[in-house]
Amino acid sequence: MYEFTYHRPTSLADAAAMLGRSEEAKLLGGGQTLLPTLKQRLARPSDLIDLGQIAELKGIREEGGGLMIGAFTRHAEVAHSDLVRRVIPSLADLAEGIGDRQVRNMGTLGGSICNADPSADYPSAVVALKATVKTDRREIAGDDFFTGMFETALEPGEIVTSVTFQKPDKAAYAKFRNPASRYAIVGVFVARFGSEVRVAVTGAGPSVFRATDMETALAGNISPDALNGIKVAADGLNADIHASAEYRAHLVTVMAKRAVVACG
Amino acid sequence: MANPNGIGASVRRREDARFLTGRGTYTDDISRPNQTHAVFVRSPYAHARIRGIDAGEATKAPGVVAVLTGADMEADKVGSLPCGWQIHSKDGSPMKEPPHFPIARDRARYVGDAVAVVIAETREQAKDAAELVMVDYEELPAAVTSVKALDGAAPQVHDDVTGNLCFDWHLGDAAAVDAAFAQAAHVAKLDLVNQRLIPNAMEPRAALGEYDRATGEHTLTTTSQNPHVIRLLMGAFVLGIPEHKLRVVAPDVGGGFGSKIFHYGEEAVVTWAAKKVGRPVKWTAERSESFLTDAHGRDHVSHAELALDQDGNFLALRVATIANMGAYLSTFAPSIPTYLYATLLAGQYKTPAIYAEVKAVFTNTAPVDAYRGAGRPEACYLIERLVEVAAAETGIDKAEIRRRNFVPASAMPYQTPVALQYDTGDFAKNLDIALPMVDYAGFAARKAESARKGKLRGIGFATYIEACGIAPSNVAGALGARAGLYESAEVRFHPTGSVTVFTGSHSHGQGHETTFAQLVAERFGVPIENVEIVHGDTSKIPFGMGTYGSRSLAVGGSAIVKAMDKVERKAKKIAAHMLEAAETDIEVKDGRFVVAGTDKALSIGDIALQAYVPHNFPLDELEPGLDEQAFYDPKNFTYPNGCHVCEVEIDPETGVVEVVNFAAVDDFGRVINPLIVEGQVHGGLVQGIGQALYENCVYDEESGQLITGSYMDYCMPRADDVPSFAVQYHEDQPCTHNPLGVKGCGEAGTIGASAAVMNAVVHALSDLGVTHMDMPATPERVWQVIQRHSHAQAAE
Repeated sequence: MYEFTYHRPTSLADAAAMLGRSEEAKLLGGGQTLLPTLKQRLARPSDLIDLGQIAELKGIREEGGGLMIGAFTRHAEVAHSDLVRRVIPSLADLAEGIGDRQVRNMGTLGGSICNADPSADYPSAVVALKATVKTDRREIAGDDFFTGMFETALEPGEIVTSVTFQKPDKAAYAKFRNPASRYAIVGVFVARFGSEVRVAVTGAGPSVFRATDMETALAGNISPDALNGIKVAADGLNADIHASAEYRAHLVTVMAKRAVVACG
Repeated sequence: MANPNGIGASVRRREDARFLTGRGTYTDDISRPNQTHAVFVRSPYAHARIRGIDAGEATKAPGVVAVLTGADMEADKVGSLPCGWQIHSKDGSPMKEPPHFPIARDRARYVGDAVAVVIAETREQAKDAAELVMVDYEELPAAVTSVKALDGAAPQVHDDVTGNLCFDWHLGDAAAVDAAFAQAAHVAKLDLVNQRLIPNAMEPRAALGEYDRATGEHTLTTTSQNPHVIRLLMGAFVLGIPEHKLRVVAPDVGGGFGSKIFHYGEEAVVTWAAKKVGRPVKWTAERSESFLTDAHGRDHVSHAELALDQDGNFLALRVATIANMGAYLSTFAPSIPTYLYATLLAGQYKTPAIYAEVKAVFTNTAPVDAYRGAGRPEACYLIERLVEVAAAETGIDKAEIRRRNFVPASAMPYQTPVALQYDTGDFAKNLDIALPMVDYAGFAARKAESARKGKLRGIGFATYIEACGIAPSNVAGALGARAGLYESAEVRFHPTGSVTVFTGSHSHGQGHETTFAQLVAERFGVPIENVEIVHGDTSKIPFGMGTYGSRSLAVGGSAIVKAMDKVERKAKKIAAHMLEAAETDIEVKDGRFVVAGTDKALSIGDIALQAYVPHNFPLDELEPGLDEQAFYDPKNFTYPNGCHVCEVEIDPETGVVEVVNFAAVDDFGRVINPLIVEGQVHGGLVQGIGQALYENCVYDEESGQLITGSYMDYCMPRADDVPSFAVQYHEDQPCTHNPLGVKGCGEAGTIGASAAVMNAVVHALSDLGVTHMDMPATPERVWQVIQRHSHAQAAE
């Protein structure tokens, strides 16, 4: 990797100030994407601001019937949290299935959503669980947070501090893993809030999206059969050596049905 | 009493404590005072003319000691990396052997081809400076796939290799095959691809060059499976350093799978550069470099036809294969798709006539050479897929059609129509053991149960035979080998009875430090902890050929036995003198030297002490000391064989294949350490399953860029991808021509597994009308096959 200056602030204000001092500064969460990128010399930040010592970014607590999870909460902490397991078990399940054990022990919720990798798992939960993303400046609705491939609504210098997920009546995440990377080729998060059903799809497209036809079909009848014959269009979906757009479109329906079944 | 650590004991691997606690010493762990670091500048293009290199800025960068190029090597008269095996084409002409310089001179021929090396105080400084080396490339069109490269219109990889054809070779009796096909009641045909693989040893390649100005001695520490071979090839052909001034050390090596047999350019560069800059030079590959530059494996495109009579007896086999050599000939590349492939096309069957044609092709891709199994998995896959097609087409049960065509045990030794003579093997017995292990009779019920869950279930067989321990040297030489294929050993007893064994074999995961010590423990009753196995250093061990092709125990172990024979002969003479008995009356029982019919006996320790403190010693007849050396050149290959059965379940909604059951029955001859053998089989099976379901090296067909250049895209098999294996072996067909009766077990799993898995996959899909699909059977590929055939069925 190229040389950079390493910082380890202990307050959010310090981190924000450091970030503001250089356009080439980068925030370091769990480093599961950034560090490999640096090692391959594909990025050249002037400064790396490690968020790992900031207490304000940590912790999991109940809030408004849902869950507030600090941005610097590692996937393994979410996966193994009794509180998450009790309030939104599907979220713990999702976290348990991210990457591998090493990735889960390092990677963070904030890092995942800010990177906005099209095949990351968490974006589907942010959208399906009607989350609110809190930053050091404002609150952003989960539906508005992801704006494109590796793109979010964040402004330069803005730092995500926490994500608040609403508690669904039922929810489940079904993921078809890339056999090599184990990222989501397709991941579908289905959540029911009363008569409303949300179906958020990650991996398939450039960014997480809601499968609205499926949501409508499921609203009146939350059963896998309700999804028979409903497919997302392959146009515009991702394609690579592991999965064509056509295959991804097919998998969205398959995974959505499996998520519905898992909702029980 | 049998030695608890002797032959047949499942002794735990003595080397594992060191490896598992991070106390191994690998090449990159070794650092020398004043050491520098090398980083290679590599071609980003698959094919490009190098119009010029401007190293001016790089040379001035912080910490840079030197920037060296192919022109510098040329000025120092550095030679081309040699090829260790010469093939002749059908017309008698020798294979095309274009030069392969350690650093490219005028043209880069694959993405990753080295074009310069930067040597600096630290690795990071060398990397920084490498980015400043300005190479003026003129990008050229690339020939990427083997089939297209043979097309007359393809770009020329080497100007003087017309049509990119390295050789056009054949084996067998074409006329006999044609005649048999003319009589055939049925012909099964198959086109198949055996895809390219990337070896992925856990330890990346590394090399450390040193030069001692005082003595003029060069030392290369390198990740090699065969340090003497590297010393010979690099010393004699590349750098012109005589053996007595060149030491090659291969310390702990973290896996090779064949990829560390070969002499690579980086080894020559660090050795040469160490003298040039007057300081040690170390290079360690990054994982991305390993993907780009380790010699790859497989990459065959084949058409095969099997002629059968009305009873399902095989009459003849005809095979045409195109083998991708990559951009240059790696050390043993030409031997893999020829003498290690076509010679195995008889498999376990008594097919009377076989004819194989192999075209080897240059392309703008990384060189291709031996990878675990090396030619034999390609042969096994082709035969066993074709047999399964024949079974399906003739309606004969797949176990039965194999049984009908096996070479019977009573026909051993058996001369195949493709040059080999099998010594032993009872193929029907392997099958008989395997069938109940997988409850073959219960398959239909399991398939129905899967169907109830909406899953497709299939069962597939693979029977394999391999030829290990290539030899004898004179025969291999006649077939084009440019090296001997013996092995060496020295057994040195020390005065107090402990033993050091020096072996020319090299252990890079195989467990030699345990298995070889068991041989000594068994023979002389020595506690196993008193036996040290030394390998991997040309300054310590006699000239040896190293480890590849499952040869270590069969060839290296036999050399140890020969050396122990010599020790025993001398020890008997010493014992006879000490016990005042006739030499002919001395017997060796459980490692003790006994005067027959008496209770007078000596241990080898008693004798060793007298050998080194010869106060009561026949000095007029014998030299002091107890230290013997032997070379063993085998009379024939060894022929491990077996039967693998795989059962898979496929989710038709996603195309995911799950291996639900796998049984392997192997005949490795005599087994020294069952635990290690089982481990080797497990590892091999996983590797074979990896090829069948996951691994695939993909280059962009136009640009020649490596698409699967990291683990994000190159899928390695993982522990949770495989079931618990059922593994059995039997020992009643020992090898007839080596003293241990052993055959070798290192590659067997890899050879049988791919075919067994794919046969099971195709079987699971056969109700849809599927007759073949190429590896790897990834979820999308399987799903696409299902879609195509479902639509075809719906249209009928």
